[in-house]
Amino acid sequence: MLEVLVTHLAQVEPEGLLPARQQMALSLGWHIVLACFGVAFPAMILLAHWRGVHRGDEVALGLAKRWAKCSAVLFAIGAVSGTVLSFEMGLLWPGLMGRFGDVLGLPFAFEGLSFFVEAIFLGIYLYGWGRMPPRRHLLMLLPMTVAGVFGTYCVVSVNAWMNFPTGFDIVDGEVVDVEPWAVLLSDQAFWQFLHMWIAAYMVVGFTVAAVYAVGMLRGRRDRHHRLGFTVPFVFASVAAVAQPFVGHFLGLRVADQQPAKLAAFELAVETERPSPLRIGGVLIDGEVRWALDIPVLGSVIARNSFLEPVQGLETIPADQQPPVNLTHLAFQSMVGIGTLLMLGVLLFWLARWRRRDLLEQRWFLRAAVVAAPLAVVALEAGWIATEVGRQPWVVYGVLRTSEAAGDNGWLWWLLGATAVLYTLLTIGAVVVLRSMARRWRAGEEDLPSPYGPQLADAARPEEVDR
Amino acid sequence: VSLELAVAAALFVGVLAYALFGGADFGSGFYDLTAGGSRRGAELRTQVDRSIGPVWEANHVWLIYVLVTWWTGFPESFAAAMSTLILPMLLALLGIVLRGAAFAFRKYAATLRQAQLFGAVFAGASLITPFFLGTVAGGIASGRVPATGRGDLWSSWLNPTSIFGGIIAVGTCAFLAGVFLVADAGRAGHDRLAAALRVRTLAVGVVTGVVVFAALLPLREDAPTLWAGLTGRALPLVALSAVAGAATLALLAVRRAAVARLTALAAVASVVSGWGVGQYPWLLVDEVRIAEAGGADATLAALLVAVGLAAVIVLPALTYLYVLTQSRAWAR
Repeated sequence: MLEVLVTHLAQVEPEGLLPARQQMALSLGWHIVLACFGVAFPAMILLAHWRGVHRGDEVALGLAKRWAKCSAVLFAIGAVSGTVLSFEMGLLWPGLMGRFGDVLGLPFAFEGLSFFVEAIFLGIYLYGWGRMPPRRHLLMLLPMTVAGVFGTYCVVSVNAWMNFPTGFDIVDGEVVDVEPWAVLLSDQAFWQFLHMWIAAYMVVGFTVAAVYAVGMLRGRRDRHHRLGFTVPFVFASVAAVAQPFVGHFLGLRVADQQPAKLAAFELAVETERPSPLRIGGVLIDGEVRWALDIPVLGSVIARNSFLEPVQGLETIPADQQPPVNLTHLAFQSMVGIGTLLMLGVLLFWLARWRRRDLLEQRWFLRAAVVAAPLAVVALEAGWIATEVGRQPWVVYGVLRTSEAAGDNGWLWWLLGATAVLYTLLTIGAVVVLRSMARRWRAGEEDLPSPYGPQLADAARPEEVDR
Repeated sequence: VSLELAVAAALFVGVLAYALFGGADFGSGFYDLTAGGSRRGAELRTQVDRSIGPVWEANHVWLIYVLVTWWTGFPESFAAAMSTLILPMLLALLGIVLRGAAFAFRKYAATLRQAQLFGAVFAGASLITPFFLGTVAGGIASGRVPATGRGDLWSSWLNPTSIFGGIIAVGTCAFLAGVFLVADAGRAGHDRLAAALRVRTLAVGVVTGVVVFAALLPLREDAPTLWAGLTGRALPLVALSAVAGAATLALLAVRRAAVARLTALAAVASVVSGWGVGQYPWLLVDEVRIAEAGGADATLAALLVAVGLAAVIVLPALTYLYVLTQSRAWAR
């Protein structure tokens, strides 16, 4: 009887819980793509710009100029959508911020510091073209690049803390003995950061390369397109090959830290020794359907052992299990896509080593175009896997997500409004970026604003409106 | 000086910097919105673009700094304020998102029609953001945010102090922006533009000054604690804001916009500091004192380390940015 009551109580959720979770998922899922550009794009611009300045490569310099203009658009919406998250931490999760703000806050302070550095040097860099000595202008990218990496580390360390809480004790329900530096300096933070940092290079590398792959498919086979493809593709290649290894080491930690998450990742309903690798499959009424089992491989991949089992869901109380199917499918999508992308880049460089240029092959270019949305899907799937897999906890084993949410039933309206707003912003960004590319192809280089002073003295609107 | 007070001071420095520098960026939306048709307003809008383009993202980070310092240093009061003032916070946030995105989109818009659309969004959003942030300040300053839990969702920001707070925020932002735009236009050699902006900035300055002092009257009833502070401890700051504001108007009138930038900053800084000093020692007026609101001591100390690092790393970089953008070579 008591047990039934307890389970029932656990299911009484504040009205604001589900919409708050969806709101967070939407705003984080949208921002994370732009954040990747903030982290990885400066390094690519740096490489192109460096070639331009130090090797006198005009094509590379041209690429750097255009990428800088694109980054002005992307970083602007990245900055504001990041601000949305800062607000939402308090607006949606008062129970988390009120109780644990002083435990998890310090990394955010350092992230703010690196965001400052990024924003300052972005402003100088964007407006510095033709206004500064070229070599000094190039140097402005360095602090941006470093700050982007450090900022990633700080933000990810907070997520790592939610997975593996540290730096405090709870005595009689009170949070005591707070050690703010512990959040910033945990092992978990390092591995999660590495995983995310590399993911950012994959997303941006494949996305930018895809733009030039499209150009080559349409017959634009000049050096501009080859270099525009190669620079980001090199970054993406290194990242795509490193990622499975980093992911593997990170995954090994999950077995000890969050057995429920690992069970959901692997769709392990029961503890099996050794555990199979279960590809695909859905859990319906406690039974796994439509899965392809490969014996022993689950233990090898998840536990680095031929015998150690993946702890099954049967060992975990029902009120502490995450939504299993979503976690499992998201996790396997990420792993599947990541593996595919690694094989793809290996194929390209292997062929290149054998003196075959796959850029001449239309099928490869098509694959390179598809790699961009795939990389984004893998990124999103990875976040869904780790976040949904941690449920019902917001701070693992310490604070339930339902205890962190406020009591805002009307948050559904906010979610609807946010969905509309972000759709409009996405359309705006796509329209503007595409129009920039169109004008560049037409031979314009500087892209003056259409409301510029020329309006006052010349009759340009007809020409511009074309 | 206690740890709590040091962190509160660091937090308030962020509020002040955001009000001054972020405020000047938002305020330029007022002139953009009222610049007239696309032909007549082209020069002014180009000037707005030049003036805030390189700096707005850096200035925007002060807001992040304030939020982060607040939730790390004084977590419970942050949760209480965010829960209570969720509506104006969300509206301000909407303004922030639309302003930043539309500003970037307008700069690279392909057609005049698109630029007009993005421009209207940019300018409108630039006005609503300071208004709603002003109502938030009013809600806290008039003691409407409880120490824990949630206050009234509506009256916490729809009250005399909040409404005046919102109007004052819009006015001071527009005033600051006007002074900076006059100086920027003059330095770039756009004398006609500078002259037109000067007249409008003078008008904005007079109206804002009147509103600031008119707002003191309802405060007596609506926010007695703040009123006592403003007419007591913070009185010198109130007087200073009057003097600096008047000096700015005089300097503008005699075409010394470059110097007027400093007095305008001083005027707005003393209005904002007047609020801060006026509500001291309360963090949430009549509810929580700064000394009682702090998070863990170890965190407060660590936060001061972060603030110290920011002073060493960020301030020189920020100075470099301002020196470049306010230089003659960058004015063209």
